[in-house]
Amino acid sequence: MTSLTDAAGFALPSLTPLASRIDAGDTAWLLAASALVLLMAPGLALFYGGMVRSKSVLNMIMMTFGALAAITVIWVLVGYSLAFGDDLGNGLLGDPWQHFGLQSLMSASADSWLSVPVILFAAFQGLFCVITGALVSGAIADRARFGAWIAFVSVWTVVVYAPVAHWVFDFDRQGHVGGWLANRVGLVDFAGGTAVEICSGASALALALVIGTRVGFGKDPMRPHNLTLVMLGAGLLWFGWFGFNAGSALKADHTAAVVFVTTLCAGAAGSLGWLATERLRDGHPTSLGAASGLVAGLVAITPSCSSLSPLGALVMGAAAGVICALAVGLKYTFGYDDSLDVVGVHLVGGLVGTFGIGLLATAAAPAGVDGLLYGGGVDQLGKQLLSGSVVFVYAFVVSGIIGLVVDRLIGLRIDEEHEVSGIDLVVHAETAYDLHATAGARTSGFLGHKD
Amino acid sequence: MKLVTAVIKPHKWEDVRAALETVGVTGMTVSEVSGYGRQKGHTEVYRGAEYDIALVPKIRLEIVVDDQDVDTVADAIVAAAQTGRIGDGKVWVSPVETVIRVRTGDRDELAI
Repeated sequence: MTSLTDAAGFALPSLTPLASRIDAGDTAWLLAASALVLLMAPGLALFYGGMVRSKSVLNMIMMTFGALAAITVIWVLVGYSLAFGDDLGNGLLGDPWQHFGLQSLMSASADSWLSVPVILFAAFQGLFCVITGALVSGAIADRARFGAWIAFVSVWTVVVYAPVAHWVFDFDRQGHVGGWLANRVGLVDFAGGTAVEICSGASALALALVIGTRVGFGKDPMRPHNLTLVMLGAGLLWFGWFGFNAGSALKADHTAAVVFVTTLCAGAAGSLGWLATERLRDGHPTSLGAASGLVAGLVAITPSCSSLSPLGALVMGAAAGVICALAVGLKYTFGYDDSLDVVGVHLVGGLVGTFGIGLLATAAAPAGVDGLLYGGGVDQLGKQLLSGSVVFVYAFVVSGIIGLVVDRLIGLRIDEEHEVSGIDLVVHAETAYDLHATAGARTSGFLGHKD
Repeated sequence: MKLVTAVIKPHKWEDVRAALETVGVTGMTVSEVSGYGRQKGHTEVYRGAEYDIALVPKIRLEIVVDDQDVDTVADAIVAAAQTGRIGDGKVWVSPVETVIRVRTGDRDELAI
């Protein structure tokens, strides 16, 4: 490898055959898409934060920001390797030390199998893990110890998310064996209906059962304290979701464009589906319903965005909007306090999207598979049902075990007295809002600065 | 001296203020409060979960007046705040022993 200089004496990049496969357009898009996926974290924090009572909004937001920080660290250390390292056997798990600290991806020679730098792919995938983990926190609003949450989500990254991501997202290539659902079963899951949506929803259900219901659940009003935050958060989520889904093409190409459009279609139809359900059942189309419906539609299109036509995406989104609007009531029937409906929206929406591929997929879409309604028979539907069920059971059981262990070792839940008075003050020593012009009168004195 | 306290519907507040101005009331204390009476609360629905909201928002006015002005002021409030529907509010009058103007130290009638 020789270093060249141009006429002005500046160093030119080494002309190695491997590095030359990197495509500038693809790389630019994936850089932007990764940043969009990161934006989903604060979007989710606002979406969730507005839905809780004002006494716990900071804790709700902090669970997302805490997950963002903790998961990123673990992903760089071992998470990426567990998910995308060479398979240790049977397509179950990657080699955790292969890309430890992403060291092996530092040189351009690592960029041998994508048209983007593999280290960028590692960051993009890490942000998927961040948003999946943060989603789980919606089930335990108002009542979880912050340290216990960080401990849970850290272990969960290694034991639940990374293996599932390996099964679903790690494809075989020359010299590399990937995960079993993607390669052996033949699951179609473009951006994570199983690994992200079913996984987060099943984990949330397990954790909600372990931590128990909030004081006053099903009795006291637990109204969203700020629906404008919820709407802003939902908008940011949708914006970020274009990076999530269309970025999963890993190229700036036709597939990315089709996925972009199906993502647009499903969010819109999901919102309408939820609003129509509310209008018929409750009499009013609510803003929370509009936000929830668009998220439900986006959840369902996440696995299916590459396998549907725009019309199929409209059907998929509307179906998810209606079904999820009905599913959020299940927690009152069965008595689990999934506070912000991670189960009703993400688990149910993920199942709708993953299974729905088996019905609505069309070979005209980039994934090139026909579902039952397009004359493809039940073959693909069977693969989707198997994969979705496996991920549900695995995430539910293992997350439940992690929750029980964390609860036993350090305690998952704050005192009842503190839960009632408000978790923000006791856990973070902060309160979110000070809306009075004479706010200074609330404090009796400055106590000095801690050095 | 009397303290006239009124709890009224928020949307009638501008009418009441204008009516009090025409009868010569030059100042008052106003607070945003919440409560309920015979009207009870209302229902709100979030993701299909129905909540009975007991407290409804109201405006509370407090005005200290000379004894001879009490009826004029109270009647002006009632006339301006009335819609004839349940939830219009209440006006009540209570005796006041002493009033002091902070700026000057003036007491009682001089301080109103």
